[in-house]
Amino acid sequence: MKINKKIAFSETGFVYDTSTGDSYSLNPIGLEIIEYLRKDKSFDDIKKIMLEKYDVSKTVLEKSLNDFISSLKTFNILIDE
Amino acid sequence: MSKKRITIAATGLNNTDNPGPGIPFIRGVLDSDFFNAKIIGLAYENLEPGIYMHNLVKKSYHIPYPTAGSDLLIKRLEYINSIENIDVLIPNFDAELYTFMKAADKLKRMGIKTFLPTLEQYEERHKSNLSEFGKKYRIKVPESKTVFSEKGLDEVEKLIKYPFYVKGKFYEAELCYNKEQAITHLRKISAKWGFPIIIQQYVTGTEVNVVALGDGKGNTIGAVPMRKLYITDKGKAWAGITLSDDNLLKMTKKLIRQTRWRGGMELEIIKTKNNEYYLVEINPRLPAWVYLSVGAGQNLPEALVKLALGVEVKPYKKYKIGKIFIRYSYDLITDIDEFEKLSLYAEL
Repeated sequence: MKINKKIAFSETGFVYDTSTGDSYSLNPIGLEIIEYLRKDKSFDDIKKIMLEKYDVSKTVLEKSLNDFISSLKTFNILIDE
Repeated sequence: MSKKRITIAATGLNNTDNPGPGIPFIRGVLDSDFFNAKIIGLAYENLEPGIYMHNLVKKSYHIPYPTAGSDLLIKRLEYINSIENIDVLIPNFDAELYTFMKAADKLKRMGIKTFLPTLEQYEERHKSNLSEFGKKYRIKVPESKTVFSEKGLDEVEKLIKYPFYVKGKFYEAELCYNKEQAITHLRKISAKWGFPIIIQQYVTGTEVNVVALGDGKGNTIGAVPMRKLYITDKGKAWAGITLSDDNLLKMTKKLIRQTRWRGGMELEIIKTKNNEYYLVEINPRLPAWVYLSVGAGQNLPEALVKLALGVEVKPYKKYKIGKIFIRYSYDLITDIDEFEKLSLYAEL
């Protein structure tokens, strides 16, 4: 998995797909996950960092993270290498 | 550097909810650092808003409808030219292009330059010839058939499955899911634009468009892809954004190289989920959203006028991605005496 090169991110969480014109907005947690993905962190790395940083159960975090990653794939923000 | 003074005549002043490309073309030319242009408007109807935009159009004249033929048009343009001394004339409607192409030599003798597609280019890209066009240039196009009467629909139905588009010769397209809808739209569109009517297979995907300019030698002077962000009930773009899509640009350049396209064009393309590109239409002139190309760094109207004048034009290499246009409506206030002048003397 890697971030699609055609996607532009701003620090405010605005996401813009330059090849389709679609745009999305991320909340601060979504933006944080994107930052980890851009630094080539794996799913397990991200999970570990966030479990340490936030008051969240492992089950809830895993489900939320899976949902988010799945949305990123649906919107072609995250693509297979 | 002092700007070159020229007089440009342009049609397509109908800046309405179904806009012609005249006003955005004129805005592009007036933005030019190369030309100091005086714009003469050529109009068909009294209420084309561009006629009354005196900050853009210095004077407007009525011209005869294309159905009146080339001779009447020439006669009228001779009169206009005797007053205005036109350097370049840019027609902006599909329906009038044929008449202007036929008149191009006579216009040249009058000292009026144009930069239009050749008759062959104009004919072969026609909606009714799109299937052959696709085969010839190895470009994917949706299956399409031409019908010359309502009866023709029965045969086409066996070859093209619903949903399909019923398209007019020049304008309008309606998506039909069953025969009742197909007959209704065929009657409505043929009553307006005549036959043939084109039946075109619906391809699922995202519509993307490209505005481009060919120099007639196979070179692409400029090309900007756009996706409509807001579409009116007439199917017209009310807002759009420039895209980064190398495949679209490759396709455009290939098409211009192969056809040696001369003049402005708009490509209408469907991009499928599998990243396949289907060419659904080629409009043989700059589109009404051409000012987006100017905003994105490619002044294609200026380049078109340069080509008409034989001035060397270097191809544009880049454009700004993520530039957005948003159309708006605006109440232009004028006086009855302006309308009166135009109605009585056919000029304003």
